[in-house]
Amino acid sequence: MSTLTHLRQLEAESIHILREVAAECQRPVLLYSIGKDSSVLLRLAQKAFHPGPIPFPLLHIDTSYKFKEMIEFRDRFTAELGVRLIVHTNTQALAEGANPFAWGTQRCCAALKTGALLDALRTGGFDAAIGGARRDEERSRAKERIFSFRDTRGQWDPRNQRPELWNLYNTRIHPGESLRVFPLSNWTELDVWHYIHIENIPVVPLYFAKERPMLVRGDMLLPLEQPFIPLLPGERPQMVKCRMRSLGCSPCTGAIRSDADTIPKIIEELVSMRRSERQNRVIDHDQDGSMEIKKQEGYF
Amino acid sequence: MAATLASPRIDSFAEFLEQDKAKDLLRFTTAGSVDDGKSTLIGRLLYDSRSVYEDQLESITKASAARNGGGIDFSLLTDGLRAEREQGITIDVAYRYFTTPRRKFIIADTPGHEQYTRNMVTGASTAELAIVLVDARKGLLPQSRRHAYIAYLLGIPHLVIAVNKMDLVGYDPAVFTQIERDFRAFLAQFHSIEPYFVPISALAGDNVVVRSRNMPWFQGPSLLEYLERVPAGRAASGSFRFPVQRVVRPNHEFRGYAGTVASGQVAVGDPVAIYPSGRTSRVASIVTYDGELDSAEAGQAVTLTLANELDISRGDLIANPGDPPLLSNTIEATLVWFDESPARLNKRYRIKHTTRMEWAEIKELRHRINIHSLEHEPASAIEMNEIAVVHIETARILSFDPYARNRTTGSFILIDPVTNTTAAAGMISAAVSSSNRHAGDDAEDIFWRIQNGELIISKKNGFENFYAPETLEALESLAAKIRSDRGGQL
Repeated sequence: MSTLTHLRQLEAESIHILREVAAECQRPVLLYSIGKDSSVLLRLAQKAFHPGPIPFPLLHIDTSYKFKEMIEFRDRFTAELGVRLIVHTNTQALAEGANPFAWGTQRCCAALKTGALLDALRTGGFDAAIGGARRDEERSRAKERIFSFRDTRGQWDPRNQRPELWNLYNTRIHPGESLRVFPLSNWTELDVWHYIHIENIPVVPLYFAKERPMLVRGDMLLPLEQPFIPLLPGERPQMVKCRMRSLGCSPCTGAIRSDADTIPKIIEELVSMRRSERQNRVIDHDQDGSMEIKKQEGYF
Repeated sequence: MAATLASPRIDSFAEFLEQDKAKDLLRFTTAGSVDDGKSTLIGRLLYDSRSVYEDQLESITKASAARNGGGIDFSLLTDGLRAEREQGITIDVAYRYFTTPRRKFIIADTPGHEQYTRNMVTGASTAELAIVLVDARKGLLPQSRRHAYIAYLLGIPHLVIAVNKMDLVGYDPAVFTQIERDFRAFLAQFHSIEPYFVPISALAGDNVVVRSRNMPWFQGPSLLEYLERVPAGRAASGSFRFPVQRVVRPNHEFRGYAGTVASGQVAVGDPVAIYPSGRTSRVASIVTYDGELDSAEAGQAVTLTLANELDISRGDLIANPGDPPLLSNTIEATLVWFDESPARLNKRYRIKHTTRMEWAEIKELRHRINIHSLEHEPASAIEMNEIAVVHIETARILSFDPYARNRTTGSFILIDPVTNTTAAAGMISAAVSSSNRHAGDDAEDIFWRIQNGELIISKKNGFENFYAPETLEALESLAAKIRSDRGGQL
């Protein structure tokens, strides 16, 4: 009988996956999105390669619309860990005026996230991109492999995935093709918070409840970080006690009303929570099966 | 016993942490045919354990209304891809998660059609338990037998036969008993399997989480109660096996071997041997980011350092020398063929076995296993979704155990070197004995071992006539000399 708890088993599986990437891929990179899952991924990478350093750089796709607190956290946290951070932005699309209101969320995401990611991977010559996505996040992700194959255009074909057996991962690719690797595939949102708690891992303060100026629109709480969010007649920001459950671009990430200002309170909130983690993410709901379509195009 | 409360409801954070100390992990797989109600059962487990959120429920409630005009269609919770939702079938393995106060569960949900044997095998490869769904109205069908066979083939020790749709047969105990009798008769040939039979209605919720009031004649635990109680973590009981993933060498002072303990335990000071070379050493330390450990057990990812410096690289196996692995470059294995292009004899494939990648060729096709009758039949080819027993020869020696003893060191995949697709999954049954070997095999073994640095030939150890052998004949006579020196062992 195993004496490892479920969390220690998940941790060991993730470490095994990270070591396989480092051993078998030529030029891996860790997609760092600054959120809680990225923080956990970094800790797992430290554990996987200890006492050596993390043997690959971090890549952040910066749309320029991330929360200010996220960027501050990114720069401080990565400097403390002494890892190499590459920041890539689709400056051309931004110069052409890309933002979710002017271009619509689908076109904006395609340029600033998917396009920028594929461009950065090509420029860096990276053959494997490690990400913090989890299968419990969204229906189409439930069927994604841990080592997910992408063709020369970075695209995902859900009908043509490699069978994945035991812990034997097929990392073979031809030049120009690449892999996405998801070491947190089998973690749930609750597992991630639980691990952050027991490991004392730093996360962006936006996850914790406090009074913040928000635009209240129906059920949605919209942060007002960007100047281009159009206000409806009579709308004014109000102070609302709230927190972010997942982090993305500020115009497309709503907050939730919450009093959870510590990790134990967040966990208590989660086990009684009745809404899924990504319900506040505008981009998941912009068309039917929208995450599946974005992933086929090359989105993470 | 009172029914277990399925939801992870807690009163306080302290209680949550307390619960968690005893919480382990069970991976299971589900198989069933299109109308067996498998998706409904999983949807029910997720729903009753409160693993479904309101917005997900709203979106499937909307879709349910559009499709069948009423009631929640739980199957919509698990059919993930747009293409499947449109066709109403599941086309690939999907992974689902739910948790109870006792356990976290990972479900590999696989479709049951015949052409998707490969998906069932994939889902079963990491599972410790399989649920086979049987429709109470239809009884034991060929596909139920097939699912049970695949569970057996993949070494799953626990099999649950859930006789579903009991509501549609008036909860009649005679129906359940007949199916149990038929299935037990069939399962008698698979000694490693412990079956549990449970009558359920996934749609109505009978015996899924809570014991059914409609079937007072059934005394056993509900499906979820059984899932929570079945022992998990079998790998811990085997002999120590540790495939080396990476050599960790951050500076001149430190040289460690990173990997995951595949089976058994290891403690500081334990004698170990490195295979295939057979060199021996002792464990000097077990290093982790969280500090050094006195011992480590199956499932833990650690870094070992050894008492003396040896030439060890990725793909080597550190193991208990008291119960060594088998060493051979020719293995007998059961293959499940995945690729659209059929298996070819003498074609070069890459074999990934533990952390080692080698060239391999299928040398002999012993027989095919008919998935319907389970009979052995002669075959000249292995097509997609077929299962066959073969002899495989690898360019260098593998260190392995039979799959029945060790799922990690007994399994492998074959990769097509041209397309890079995963062509097959394999389970090793034995090393092929030398009586089946081909002429020149000894020479080839010796050649690879010299190339690999595993065999150092020098004048000093009495091989005057064989120093740097270059011809096939020289290699053969070298092999003969080693055999005579070592009492027949090469």
